[in-house]
Amino acid sequence: MKENIIIKVENLTKQFGNFTAVDAISFNVKKGEIFGFLGANGAGKTTAIKMLIGLSKPTHGKGSVAGFDISTQAEEIKKNIGYMSQKFSLYNDLTVVENIRFFGGVYGLSRKRIKERTESILNELDLTSVAKKTVAGLPSGWKQRLAFAISMVHDPEIVFMDEPTGGVDPKVRRQFWETIYRVAEQGKTVFVTTHYMDEAEYCDRVSIMVDGRMDAYDTPINLKTKLNANSMDEVFLKLAR
Amino acid sequence: MRTLRYLIQKEFIQIFRNKAILPMMTVMPIIQLLLLSNAASNEVKEVNIVVVDKDFSESSRLLNRKIEANKRFHVIAATYNNKEASNYLQANQADIVLEVPHDFEKDYLRGERPKLQMLINAINGQNATVGSGYLNAIIASFNGEIMPVKSIKDLQKTQINISSRNWYNPELNYKHFMAPGILAELTALLTIVLSAMNVVRERELGTIEQINVTPIKKWQFIVGKLVPFLCVGMGLLTVGLLVSKVAFNIPIEGNIALIFGYAIFNLVAVLGLGLLISNFAETQQQAIFVAFFFIMIFVLMCGLFTPIESMPKWAQYLTIPNPLAHIISVSRKVLMKGSGFWDIRWEFIYTIALAIVFNTLAIWSYRKQV
Repeated sequence: MKENIIIKVENLTKQFGNFTAVDAISFNVKKGEIFGFLGANGAGKTTAIKMLIGLSKPTHGKGSVAGFDISTQAEEIKKNIGYMSQKFSLYNDLTVVENIRFFGGVYGLSRKRIKERTESILNELDLTSVAKKTVAGLPSGWKQRLAFAISMVHDPEIVFMDEPTGGVDPKVRRQFWETIYRVAEQGKTVFVTTHYMDEAEYCDRVSIMVDGRMDAYDTPINLKTKLNANSMDEVFLKLAR
Repeated sequence: MRTLRYLIQKEFIQIFRNKAILPMMTVMPIIQLLLLSNAASNEVKEVNIVVVDKDFSESSRLLNRKIEANKRFHVIAATYNNKEASNYLQANQADIVLEVPHDFEKDYLRGERPKLQMLINAINGQNATVGSGYLNAIIASFNGEIMPVKSIKDLQKTQINISSRNWYNPELNYKHFMAPGILAELTALLTIVLSAMNVVRERELGTIEQINVTPIKKWQFIVGKLVPFLCVGMGLLTVGLLVSKVAFNIPIEGNIALIFGYAIFNLVAVLGLGLLISNFAETQQQAIFVAFFFIMIFVLMCGLFTPIESMPKWAQYLTIPNPLAHIISVSRKVLMKGSGFWDIRWEFIYTIALAIVFNTLAIWSYRKQV
């Protein structure tokens, strides 16, 4: 089942001067999986995710995403992945439609395809009424969902999400996870970082990072059994201590 | 190529939607052009002079009258006292003190070459040299006028008749000289500031991260930034030329297409530098400070206010990588002198080299991965 592994990482390390942000982590992610990448604030999740999506070069170790090497084939990886960053990073001064068109264009979609994608995103997210409004004026929950939809505009194999539910209300968080499930059902791989432990329960498998190291890596049920905990919250607290 | 189109489209939308950029690109330059061309004048129009006439003769009074008759000179005092005269200099009220010694006329008529003394307030070097130059001219003409009294024969022997005409700017209209230069300077400066702030702004907002996870090529990104600002710069140049023509009636002797053709290369060079700065800056403030570092050097060494020819040799070489110096030279040559392509070939060559260097560095220094 080797071809089933879509992300493979060995001893991945990132150092900034003397500080080791990510310390020799190793893991695999299977195709179609929802992989939860957990950890406290500052544990090194964002640094790790940036190495996987080709924004940051690893200091040591190796890895491959969608069959491409993260050190040497970053640009190939970028064609096959979507990324939704922790900080909202669509253009606030462009309208909803202009943002979709721009990112579709940058990913090289045809004009016809951009039109189709625009319509389907507007319908799915119920944004038709604000299609011609600038993104700056949208409520933050809507912005997050639009950012997610745009990260998927080119229909990538894998989508990386860095704290997608940070700062949104419980209702939007629920909607978000419904969307994530729908995407996973289509055979996409979802790689999601979060520090909400309840969200960890929704993942197929999770890894927990503490101070740059990866302390646990299994299904949520197995982790709870191993550490004799009732919830992921407890698992996390036991590991972090 | 299609990717590039979307990048350029997006940049244009952002430029036209930005409430600060458009006035900055239109109203501000027009005001600066009108204000600076009128005010930033190097002409020495008024020279305050104190005449210390110790001779009090027919000749000295004639000289005095000639000075008074000149529009540029303003005789603020006439005195016999050296101390009083130097007080005027000390108080910064006088630019020149002219001392006519005792027995000036007597010595002159004896053929003993009497000496006049000129004390010049040289705090402002330019004022001093130009002012004393005017005064020397007056004294020379005075000299010429009283000479015939001695001998007609001498006159024919010694005097050379000099007649001069001012080419390319016959009326010595200062605005005709300044406006094209200021216009060229404004165009270059505004585009460097806008481009220097642009990429770093995306970095501050975080939007660049979303761009960097796409398979976009580095050159596409830089060209996508370059083209819209190039259009803005050309628009600015057009507006500026129109304003200069309407307001100052600047001469347009040469081919205006040559100016525009050259400006494209010049703006590409300037924008390349701006984007290069932007790539290295972490914040917009940093970008502005670094841009100002270059702007100060460029402006003071571009030949707009002080001629490049009068700089020390090493400084003259330093103007070669200064795109501002070339655009000012081109606009003056083509507009005032009617120069053709061959006359400005070196400006073209230097500018194209600069454009290639700056933009290659900008593409190289843009990092999608850190």
